[in-house]
Parts: sequence; structure tokens; C-alpha cells
Amino acid sequence: MRRIISILMENEPGALSRVIGLFSQRGYNIESLSVAPTEDSTLSRLTLTTFGNDLKIEQITKHLNKLIEVVKLVDLTEGAHIERELMLIKVKATGAQRAEVKRSVDIFRGQIVDVTSTVYTVQLTGASDKLDAFIGAIGETQVLEVVRSGVSGISRGEKVLSL
Amino acid sequence: MEMLSGAEMVVRALQDEGVEYIFGYPGGSVLHIYDALFQQDSVSHILVRHEQAATHAADGYARATGKPGVVMVTSGPGATNAITGLATAFMDSIPMIVLSGQVRSDWIGDDAFQETDMIGVSRPVVKHSFMVRDAKDIPEIMKKAFYIATTGRPGPVLIDIPKDQTAPNVKNPYEYPKKVKMRSYAPVSRGHSGQIRKAVEELMKAKRPVIYAGGGVIQGEGSELLTKLAHRLNFPVTNTLMGLGCFPGTDPQNVGMLGMHGTYEANMTMHSSDVILAVGARLDDRVTNNVKKFCPGAKIIHIDIDPATISKNIMAHIPIVGPVHQVLEEMLSALDEHGGEPDQKALERWWEEIEGWRKVHGMRYETNENGPMKPQQVVQALYKATKGDAYVTSDVGQHQMFAAQYYQYDKPRRWINSGGLGTMGFGLPAAMGVQFAFPDATVACVTGEGSIQMNIQELSTCLQYGLPVKIININNQALGMVRQWQDMQYGGRHSQSYMESLPDFVALAEAYGHVGMKITKIEDLEGAMNEAFALKDRLVFMDIYVDPTEHVYPMQIADGSMRDMWLSKTERT
Ligand SMILES: Cc1cc2nc3c(=O)[nH]c(=O)nc-3n(C[C@H](O)[C@H](O)[C@H](O)COP(=O)(O)OP(=O)(O)OC[C@H]3O[C@@H](n4cnc5c(N)ncnc54)[C@H](O)[C@@H]3O)c2cc1C
Ligand SMILES: Cc1ncc(C[n+]2csc(CCOP(=O)(O)OP(=O)(O)O)c2C)c(N)n1
Ligand SMILES: [Mg+2]
Repeated sequence: MRRIISILMENEPGALSRVIGLFSQRGYNIESLSVAPTEDSTLSRLTLTTFGNDLKIEQITKHLNKLIEVVKLVDLTEGAHIERELMLIKVKATGAQRAEVKRSVDIFRGQIVDVTSTVYTVQLTGASDKLDAFIGAIGETQVLEVVRSGVSGISRGEKVLSL
Repeated sequence: MEMLSGAEMVVRALQDEGVEYIFGYPGGSVLHIYDALFQQDSVSHILVRHEQAATHAADGYARATGKPGVVMVTSGPGATNAITGLATAFMDSIPMIVLSGQVRSDWIGDDAFQETDMIGVSRPVVKHSFMVRDAKDIPEIMKKAFYIATTGRPGPVLIDIPKDQTAPNVKNPYEYPKKVKMRSYAPVSRGHSGQIRKAVEELMKAKRPVIYAGGGVIQGEGSELLTKLAHRLNFPVTNTLMGLGCFPGTDPQNVGMLGMHGTYEANMTMHSSDVILAVGARLDDRVTNNVKKFCPGAKIIHIDIDPATISKNIMAHIPIVGPVHQVLEEMLSALDEHGGEPDQKALERWWEEIEGWRKVHGMRYETNENGPMKPQQVVQALYKATKGDAYVTSDVGQHQMFAAQYYQYDKPRRWINSGGLGTMGFGLPAAMGVQFAFPDATVACVTGEGSIQMNIQELSTCLQYGLPVKIININNQALGMVRQWQDMQYGGRHSQSYMESLPDFVALAEAYGHVGMKITKIEDLEGAMNEAFALKDRLVFMDIYVDPTEHVYPMQIADGSMRDMWLSKTERT
């Protein structure tokens, strides 16, 4: 099962490499990863998506918790949550394609953020599967370049991950 | 406030931590620290002959005393030489501090002379590591390092120190912190009371219980309480290789070591049990054999300070996360509160069954009439000569298993070996560390002619510091453990497991200034042992020739359950 694990960790050099090292050392997969400082500059928030059964995820979270720089973490997929990813994507936009791409962008509530005579650059946010669906709708042959931010997530309601 | 250079701060912090010994080897990037060491005498520096030996010596010191071992190495090759020792300590959860020099801060990343990314290289084999970025942080980093290494599940901590941060002309105020404050590190201090009571209920209902005690009992100073609990309940106790000595080896309730080379009765007891109380043990693959076939009828109560150990290999029915000392104490009072007694009738039957196993297939081996002596005889002679009261360190191989099986350890911290990593070359330097900790104690290093050659240069260190370690070289003229596997699984094809051109160990010992003895006949063994141990202030290297064809038994059959074992070359369960 796919999981979104959200981690608060000390904003210190080396902390990120310990998290990543743990995954490669213990043979866990990281599907996506995003990390940036929070409103408290001593803390970073790291969100990663991974796959595994309950046992494996339990081991992953236990080992992450053991890392000295990890302050707190939550498996967002255990409860109601909001998941977002940002994608910037360059697609071919010539001839009849041009209008077709524009229509798809509208349907997916994306924005065209840059234009040339042959290329649209599109910005899209949403859950990862929505971004996948957009690529599917456009058709891979039309895609010139994709850059995705990796997933970030937050719990719904009043639950917060903070100190 | 006192103004100190970074180098002086490092040394002062060691003093403030009460460190007696630091094992190390100098080089360019740590010279400022060596100079500061020179100007004081409360911390003694022990000069080894190879940095790997420094780590194992510190490790041996830590295992024997419970206090953290401290190491200092220079950058680059000095630091990388310490990696095997870090990994050895990490696998066995041993508290250790390694101070590694680093090139100047402004050269880091430039492939400077003797630069290695030590934080990166060591990352998977340390509990934590620090890089000193500002000399002002040294007191706090040192305090945190000792705290992290010694609390929770212990482990090695590395501090990487760029040379400029120790410069003698840059002084900063020094005050050693009294307390550590870390929002992201809080080792568990108590087990869950509800879980402990649940465990007690389960123990009371058990008809075929067993206590499976590991290295964590020794680490957590829980031996006395565990012994009390076991005696109170009259349950059989089995120890892991790391747990030997946490319950007296000669106690009739002790069924011996379990696992791959465990006793027949220990493995049968485990397999047939209905409740297993696992204490400070990590259900390692050398113990469980095939996890799918592991103890099919047993409920597992698992006490461990590290939540990640629980249900990692085997699902625990009643997990208890906490320090063994506190949990056992609370378990004993929960027993009082409960007021009940275990099912005596069932226990009686259980003990009868166990005694039956003991009688049929208890530890034994065949001796050669007129032929070469057996390695087991050597360990038994050692036991006799030392009256069972020595500190025994070991290397890795068949000799290690024999030393575990045939020497009875009645006290914790007496049996010192590398279990998790299985590091050949551990034995001699570890013995040095033990001898430093207890100068008057009898320290024996049981080794093989393969392992001893991995850190033989330390004979020189032993001479320098007058360490009267007794080296028991069980010389089977082969990498015996490897050869045993080749006999059993590779049709006897001894690929590279034969030691050709062995040195004359007696001459070698003498060349290093020690006493050497060569023993080839069983009738000379006891006398030679007594002679060697009577030489209280000399290192004696006993080169003892044994049967090269001997195997270690019992041996679990791969992929089977715990009770599937070879009992000799021809009999199996
Ligand atoms: C050639 C060879 C053969 C081997 N054969 C065998 C064999 O037959 N049988 C065998 O048992 N081993 C054998 N081993 C050793 C094996 O590889 C493991 O090292 C060993 O089984 C682990 O012992 P342990 O479970 O006691 O755990 P340890 O490695 O000693 O770990 C201790 C556990 O206790 C916990 N702990 C630490 N402090 C505390 C505390 N204060 N409170 C609570 N918990 C704490 C830790 O978190 C950890 O989980 C062999 C090794 C070699 C090299
Ligand atoms: C550093 C290292 N290299 C290789 C091994 C694999 N290994 C395990 S036991 C063994 C043989 C040890 O030979 P010896 O020290 O003579 O002991 P014996 O088994 O003969 O008693 C080897 C090579 C190891 N454990 N450690
Ligand atoms: Mg050998």
C-alpha cells in the first residue's frame, strides 16, 4: 500500500542524508520526497511516499523515529488528509494539438504559465494520481519535459504535526 | 569562564566524563589534540598498532565495565581503519565514542590530503555522528555524544573534528554542560505497566515456559533481577551468544545457549514451549532458524528498549518497550501483587521432559585415543585452570563456539565476543581493553590461527603496557568454521580454507618479547595451562594444536525449525 510519511526534523546539515541512507540501507523504497524548512527555521518538514505492508511501514516509522534528528513523524495515510503535488510540464502545442492541450489544461484546472509558438508550459497541482491522469490525457508522445515537486501532505481537521 | 582551545576542550571534556583511557593512533589532523593530551595526565592514551585494534580495545573495555570506550584516530586512513570496529560495536549495541580528525574546514570537499567523508562513510554503522563546525560547540557535542552512546539502546557515536577547530591559538569559553537537552531524543525510561501485568498473567498460565535472555540483560544491568525472576518462577533459562553470563552458566535451571550452535535441550525447550519470555534479545537469524517454523506453539512476551527490535523478525504477542532493569523490577512486584504461582504440576512435567533431552543429547564430543586433542578439551582445560573466573575474549570461528559452549560463565561481562558482525581480529585487542579495565584480573583470549593473525601486531602494544593476557590459540591449521561449512554443504571442497605456511607462533611471541608455548599432546595440556596462568605478569601465547577435522555441534539445519539439528557428523534430529 502507498503511504505518505511526514517528518519534522532538525534543520541541520546531514539530517536528510540520514533519512535517505536509512531507506537504501534497509532496502525500503522512496517513491517521492520533498523537504523544506518550516515557519520555525530550526525545523524542516520532509514528506515522503513509500510502499509496503503494515509490518514494513511499522519498521520504517520505528527506524525513522530512532534517527536522532527526527523530532516527530506521522503516517498521513492512516487518517483523513490532503495530498498535493506540483507539476510543471512542457507539452507540444502545434496545429490542432494546441486547442486540445488547452482544453485538457482547463479540465484539470491547470494553468498555462509560459507559451511559445510550439510549446505550452503547464502548471498543475493536485494529488499525484491527478497529475498522472493529466499526462495520460495529453499522451506521452506530446510531453517534452516533466518536473514534479514530490508529494506534500497535511492532515485534515484539527490534527497538527508540530512540537 | 575558562578560555580553552578546541583541542583542550576535547581533552577537558574527556576528563569531565571521567574517562580513564583513550585508545588511539596519532596523525596530522589530530596533532593539536595529542599535544593537549600530552600536557595532562588524568586521561591515559593507549597507543595501539592499528586503528582497528583501538576500536576493539575500547569495545572490550566497554563490554567489561559497562562504561563507554573512547577512541581517537586521524583523518583519512586512520578514520577508515576504525570502521570495522564501529560496525562491530554497532551490531552488538556497545557504547563507544570515536573522535576522528578531519582536514581543515575550508579544505573539506576539495579532496585534500587524507580527507575522507567520515560522517558519510560511517553513517550506517553509528548510532549518531557529529561534525564540529565551531569550536565553541565542542563541550555540548561531547556531552551529547556520551549521552547518546550510553542511553537507550547503546551504540557508537562518532565526532568528526576538522583540524582548525582544535587550533591552539583560538580560545573559547569552556563550561561542560550538566544536562543534555534534546527534543528529538528521549529514550524510553519505563515499560508499560498494563503490558507488564498482562505478561505476568501469561507467565502464570504457562505450562511449558522458557526465559530467553540476551545481551540486553547484560547491557541494562538486569542480570541480578533476571536471576531472581527465574529462580522465583523455576522456569528454564536459555541465553543467546551475547547473553551468556546474564544467568549463571552453572545454574541447574540454565539449559545452555540456544540457536545455530545452541544445546539440544535449549533448542528443544524453545521449540516445544508455550510461552517465551524474551528479555533483551533480538530474535536474530542465528537463533530463530526459519522464522516461519519458529516455535509454533509459543506466545511471545518481548522486553526490549528498542521498539524497532520488537516484531521485526517474529511477531510479539505482548511487546514491552522499556529498560530491562525497570521492567524486570516491576514484573517482580507485579508477581507479588498477583500472588499466584505458576502451574507447579505442569512445570514438573516440563522439567522432566527437559532433563530427558539433557540426558540423551546433552553437550558431548568424542575424544581421540592417541590422536590429536580436541578443541573442546582445550576450552575445558582453560575453564579448570582459571576456575571459571576469567574474562574470556574470543575471535570468530569454531573456537568461539567452543568457548561459548564449554566455558560456563557465571557472571555477566565475563564473556566478550563479536556476535552480530562476527569480526575476526576482535579477540586480542578486546582482551587488551579488558586488561586495562581490570589490571589484576585473569584475561584469556581464545582465538584461532586464522583470527589471531588479523590483529597480531597488538602483541607489541601488550609489551609496551605490560598486559599479561593469555592467548589460547586453538590451532586447527584451518579456517575451521569455513571448512566445516564446506564439509557439510560443498562436498568437502576446501576452497581457500586451509592455512598454509603458518608462522612459528612461539618464535613470534618471543620476538615480541613474550612467552610462547607449543602444546601438541593432551597429556601436556593441563600442566602447560597451569604454568601459563602462574606467570601473572607475562603475556603467554599458547599455541595448541588440535584435531583439524573437528566440527561444532549441535548445528541447526538451515531453513528448518529450531529443533532441526545435526548432533554429530552422522546423527540428526
Ligand atoms: C560464528 C557465529 C555463530 C553464532 N551462533 C549463534 C548461536 O548459535 N546462538 C546465538 O544466540 N547467537 C549466535 N551468534 C550471534 C548472533 O549473530 C547474534 O549476535 C546474537 O544472537 C544476538 O544476541 P541477542 O539477541 O542477545 O542480541 P544483542 O545483539 O546482544 O542485542 C541486545 C538487545 O537488547 C536490547 N537492549 C539493550 N539494552 C537494553 C536495555 N537496557 N533494556 C532492554 N533491552 C536492551 C537491544 O535493543 C537489543 O535488541 C553467532 C555469531 C557468530 C559470529
Ligand atoms: C574479518 C572476517 N573475515 C572473514 C570472516 C569469515 N569467517 C568466519 S569464521 C572464519 C574462520 C576463522 O578461522 P580461525 O580463526 O582459525 O578459527 P577456527 O574456525 O579455525 O576455530 C572465517 C574466515 C569473518 N568472520 N571475519
Ligand atoms: Mg583455525
